[in-house]
Amino acid sequence: MGLLDKAIAWGEKKSPWIIHFNAGACNGCDIEVVDALTPQYDLERLGILQQGSPRHADVLVCTGAVTLQTRDRLKQIYDQMSTPKFVVAVGTCACTGGIFDSCYCVTGGIDTVIPVDAYIPGCAVRPEAIIDAVGKLLATLDAKEAGK
Amino acid sequence: MSERNDHKVVVPIGPQHPSLKEPGSFKITLDGEKVERAVIEIGYNHRGIEKACESRNYMQALYIIERVCGICSHAHTSCFCQAFEELAGLEVPRRAHYIRGIVGELERLHSHLLWLGVAAHEIGFDTLFMYTWRDRELVLDLLARIGGNRVNYGVNTYGGVRRDLESELMADILRVCDQLEEKLKYYAALALTETTLIARLKGIGVLTPDDVRKFSAVGPVARAAGIMADTRIVEPYGVYQEIAVTPIVDDHCDVYGRTLVRVKEMLEAIRLIRLFVREIPDGPISVRAPRKLPVGEVLSRVEAPRGENVHYIRSTGADMPDRVRVRAPTEANWHGMSHMLEGFQLADVPIIIAAIDPCYSCTDRAIHLVGGGINQLTDWESIRLHSIEQYKSRGIDPSTIKMREF
Repeated sequence: MGLLDKAIAWGEKKSPWIIHFNAGACNGCDIEVVDALTPQYDLERLGILQQGSPRHADVLVCTGAVTLQTRDRLKQIYDQMSTPKFVVAVGTCACTGGIFDSCYCVTGGIDTVIPVDAYIPGCAVRPEAIIDAVGKLLATLDAKEAGK
Repeated sequence: MSERNDHKVVVPIGPQHPSLKEPGSFKITLDGEKVERAVIEIGYNHRGIEKACESRNYMQALYIIERVCGICSHAHTSCFCQAFEELAGLEVPRRAHYIRGIVGELERLHSHLLWLGVAAHEIGFDTLFMYTWRDRELVLDLLARIGGNRVNYGVNTYGGVRRDLESELMADILRVCDQLEEKLKYYAALALTETTLIARLKGIGVLTPDDVRKFSAVGPVARAAGIMADTRIVEPYGVYQEIAVTPIVDDHCDVYGRTLVRVKEMLEAIRLIRLFVREIPDGPISVRAPRKLPVGEVLSRVEAPRGENVHYIRSTGADMPDRVRVRAPTEANWHGMSHMLEGFQLADVPIIIAAIDPCYSCTDRAIHLVGGGINQLTDWESIRLHSIEQYKSRGIDPSTIKMREF
């Protein structure tokens, strides 16, 4: 592993930047994602920052069942992110399509469009669950590094 | 990112954008810094909720309706239950009405606090964003204790409510009201005196009373233009038939007016919650609801935090609705959006959009709005003529049927 790769891996683990995309959620999980970033839960203390542009982000935090209109956009956003990149599916809808599965305008969970690294079930997901999932995702990065 | 068009720059915004948490797409034509034309494309959140309700029984449909929107979930279920109860002829217990009222006003508090934070974020006032979202947690904790969940609390059911309020919980509600009132008074004072905030919000996104009528805007957008459009006052339902709401209007007609209306509404919500908790009667919290509805149609209106929420159910006597229609408040407010944006600076676009408190997941009912102006609207008579022709092509002549007055 070169020096640059090491620096990227270290930065990713210590300060993952997230981008939030609503692929057709009811808003419930979205406000909980924002909630996790505000004072009560404050994800920023773990070095996590919300970014506006997919090109600056390491983790795509995705909520909602994927609708036909957002499907291509979701793929575009994923493609715009630089590697290594991770996807977190927040909420039951994002995991499987949930209550909206079988609706005519819904393709299903996020993993029907892009690969997903972590699933957080719940309707709506509690901020504690989001923090827990982020912690576990970071732990897998540690494990991967140890494996190498 | 931009394209040239007759020496004007077209800036596409969205559907993924940093300012709002939901997907919506805007094509803003700029002349210098001035917005010349704003084209709005929505429908990214369209999941087909109405169709989903029509293919499920009433009990299942209620859970779908709750997930129309995660912010005003209680307003949607209240409206749907109210429609069901009217058609089924159910007499909802008074205590259930009061519990619905308490949860509804708590929801208004959390929704308006959320809005105040988002609006502050749009104008670069992130300190206020963090303050309001911190205070909002107090309300969310209460809602979690009432319904067991922070967002979709599932309090409503047909014929009443599913959760009773213990006296200990009601004491806690009052305690949180005291805490919040103190903070809200600070925000109200801030909104009235903070010069940078006023300078940033005053005079932008103007929608005059005439425009409000033309675009049929609802909720705080209409009330900020001096039009008393509050279903709780105009057509009281449930607990509001017993306890009157103080009308809150403002005559600024702009984003600042909408801010003032919402801040004052939060103080009013606290007053109402205190009254509800004091006056709540003892008794049962629900009556048994039938599985099927009699043949008929019903229209129900409830004041959600964003404005008037309208639900329509048509029943053919089965255990599934034949047609469900949800007209969420944001859907009414979108029509004036292009008009509100045009003529203002690009930097004001985010706050003008945020000022109607847009809720895309509420709104996206297979609509494709392109361009502004009322030429997009079809009047009632031409819809009727169109439907008559449609039926005639199928060999039915409905032209003798009289229009129903609402």
